[in-house]
Amino acid sequence: MKTQLTTGVPIEAHETEPLESVAYDFGLSRRGFVHVLGAGLLIAASGWSAVAQQRGGGRGGGPRTIAARIHLAKDRTITVLAGKVEGGQGARAELTQAAAEELRVAASRIQLILADTGQVPDDGMTAGSGSTPRTVPAVRQGAAAARELLIEFAGRRWGVERGLVEMRDGKAFHVPTARSLSYADLAASDEEAAKLNEGIPSGISLSPVKEWKVLGVSTRRPNARDLVTGAHLFPSDISRPDMLFGKVLRAPAYNAKLIEVDLEPAKALKQVVVVRDDSFVGVAAPTLRRAEQALAAIAKTARWERSTQPSSKELYEHLTQNARGGLPANPFSAELAGAKQVLRQTYQVPYAQHAPLEPRAAVAEWTNGKLTVWTGTQNPFGCRSELARAFHVGEEQVRVVVPDFGGGFGGKHTGEAGVEAARLARAAGQPVSLRWTRAEEFTWAYFRPAGVILIEASLDEKAGLTSWHAVNLNSGRSSLDTPYRAGKTRGDSVESIAPLRQGSYRALAATANTFARESFMDELAVAAGLDPLQFRLVHLENPRLRAVLETAAQRFGWAERSKDSKAGIGLACGTEKGSYVAACAEIEVDRAQNRIVVRRACQVFECGAVLNPENLLAQVQGALLMGLGPALREEILFENGEILTASFSKYRVPRFQDVPELDIHIIDRPDLEPSGAGETPIIAIAPAIANALFRATGRRLRSMPLTLGA
Amino acid sequence: MGAAGAFLPPETIGVYLVRPMDTTITLTVNGQKRVVVTESDRSLLEVLREDLKLTGTKYGCGEGQCRACTVLLNGKAVAACTTPVIEADQQAVVTIEGLAKGEALHPVQEAFLAENAFQCGFCTPGMILGTVALLNDLPHPTEAEIRSRLNRHLCRCCHYPLMVKAVRRAAGQRA
Repeated sequence: MKTQLTTGVPIEAHETEPLESVAYDFGLSRRGFVHVLGAGLLIAASGWSAVAQQRGGGRGGGPRTIAARIHLAKDRTITVLAGKVEGGQGARAELTQAAAEELRVAASRIQLILADTGQVPDDGMTAGSGSTPRTVPAVRQGAAAARELLIEFAGRRWGVERGLVEMRDGKAFHVPTARSLSYADLAASDEEAAKLNEGIPSGISLSPVKEWKVLGVSTRRPNARDLVTGAHLFPSDISRPDMLFGKVLRAPAYNAKLIEVDLEPAKALKQVVVVRDDSFVGVAAPTLRRAEQALAAIAKTARWERSTQPSSKELYEHLTQNARGGLPANPFSAELAGAKQVLRQTYQVPYAQHAPLEPRAAVAEWTNGKLTVWTGTQNPFGCRSELARAFHVGEEQVRVVVPDFGGGFGGKHTGEAGVEAARLARAAGQPVSLRWTRAEEFTWAYFRPAGVILIEASLDEKAGLTSWHAVNLNSGRSSLDTPYRAGKTRGDSVESIAPLRQGSYRALAATANTFARESFMDELAVAAGLDPLQFRLVHLENPRLRAVLETAAQRFGWAERSKDSKAGIGLACGTEKGSYVAACAEIEVDRAQNRIVVRRACQVFECGAVLNPENLLAQVQGALLMGLGPALREEILFENGEILTASFSKYRVPRFQDVPELDIHIIDRPDLEPSGAGETPIIAIAPAIANALFRATGRRLRSMPLTLGA
Repeated sequence: MGAAGAFLPPETIGVYLVRPMDTTITLTVNGQKRVVVTESDRSLLEVLREDLKLTGTKYGCGEGQCRACTVLLNGKAVAACTTPVIEADQQAVVTIEGLAKGEALHPVQEAFLAENAFQCGFCTPGMILGTVALLNDLPHPTEAEIRSRLNRHLCRCCHYPLMVKAVRRAAGQRA
């Protein structure tokens, strides 16, 4: 049996990814559209046609031809092109495996070029756990299409049936006559090359899971060695000849308006370029030190008009008061009226920052009106659009190159640093590197939205849920719909006026909504007089979610340990983006420091067929540990438009000593299509901890982070 | 460009800026003698990355809180971002670029590679140098000692468990 994909080249859909666009518009004169970037060197080297560049900034669409995805060079190098980025989540290994599997070669034979808009097809942004369910199949289709054509070429050359051609190790074999030809030799004629330049047919046979040799096997990140030697160049390490260093004048507070600034003190410094373009003020100089000095000199002269801004102390009142259209009423009045019990609770989630270890960084270089930007973004084609828009040039004149970068977590969908560097580079006539400081990253990068979640549910006499109404205010609707069976259910997502710049996050609002729902399920279990595991299972039909929950409970020893009604144990589960997670946590209250300490955590995860076991485990484990931060400590505090927690000493993220004893378990389902795993494993740990705290102490905390207070 | 700073004569307009005079700093980096003419209060991190083009050492926070910028100063792990370059004058610095001997990786690098002890890899150079210093002090650290000593190093991918395994492997312990 062959695995078949029913659709053609997948289109990425990002309706649910909040896109914070960059507001710069530098109003330069519009330049003509020139097709300059189509012919990547790589492709030109073999005389194959250019990558089909598509407009539409990060919306995907994939390649139009096999040649746009796979390149077979005469030196036998096999190059694969994809529009995804590597920020540590494992796309580089996974997409290499995908191509290698279908081309019947070892992963080490593949050279993968990612996220260079001058060379690769637009596979959409790297977000929403989309690389695994959409780009892996797209790459496999392209590679399988190439393979099938090569088989055809070989059969024709040797005059044998294609069924007798074997493909392995980068060669086609005809075993009875002991003949073989390399892939490159098979595609040597113009006619053959032309065939590879045709569209990728849909419905191509992909290797069935049972026969996988490369996929499904732990595969190291191809450039791993360069990470341990320091040789890998991250975006902040990129250097160009005659490159300057840029700095941008930042407002002292949110929504502060620049009234006046004297640029002369910076202009008086040697070799300093100073730019003022409306509210944008920046400098560039041959050294970072000189740029900092120049900026400091003009910052002193800047006058700002500040306005009253909400502070984190009144955050939840602010969001509630500004709910667009007000908070929707519970539509299930009949169920409420006929219920044995009705419960209603409100949960709160503050602003959080992704805080990738590498802050935003970019190098911009203009050459003859064409712009190249090297930067760390999850959205290379979207960043290209931002640049084209900001400078009023055609997208074909802009090339965005994304070197593997230092972490994103949903926080790098934008290209601010690239736009700023490009503005400075344009004025300087030299390449400019702009690297945000940690404080800039904490202040001006967009945040995970704060949210207020209200849930009301009714129970009948048999402890069955008869209605469920959940409202998320401001943070979004991911995981707002309950996976539990309830007579009637509804989830409403309501917008508010956000006091800070907000955007995507690892698993979007699923961290907030799962925290609320899973905390509330425990509160309902208490009301119903049932064990929280029992209460969930009674209402849970989805077999995949049941499986992770039951497996986690069993591995954790829930049945035995929950006999102690005061044991500090809690559990939670959830599903998002087609994958399933359950977590059990054991906590202790450290009375001396008045804080929660997580002693042990068990997490079980399932996302269909496993593509790269070690990398998957790393994602599931890392996400849980990252989730400890917002669960226990992380919270952006702000006042009068100023961020009060703009450093790692004030915004404390998880460290080595926060790691509990861990049991991470993956359920492999080779019978199911793989879905993404970078996000969902972050959602269950916070409610599991909140539930454990309640069980141990009787204290129910409904706000993240879970701090015990004075 | 050579040693940056060299082409920057001290500014004479002292109205807005009070700049330290350029100083000649001589240091040994990865076994090689290097001379840098620069303002003495610049950070070692900036000089390594910008003047000496050793970009393996990373900027993560600028306040010594993440240790992505860890280098060895006379064998001790220091945060290069909070170390003024003057403190490295006449001293020996080792960066991530100086650990391998030709193609042969340092045992700590080997261990991190063998355990896949990285996700994005941005903390990796600092983490490796922090581990080298740790194992110099404590050749056979317990797991608690590893966590305690490396606690100042941040990994935002939270790949800590595999890093502990890598340290144990480098120390010749079975994880």
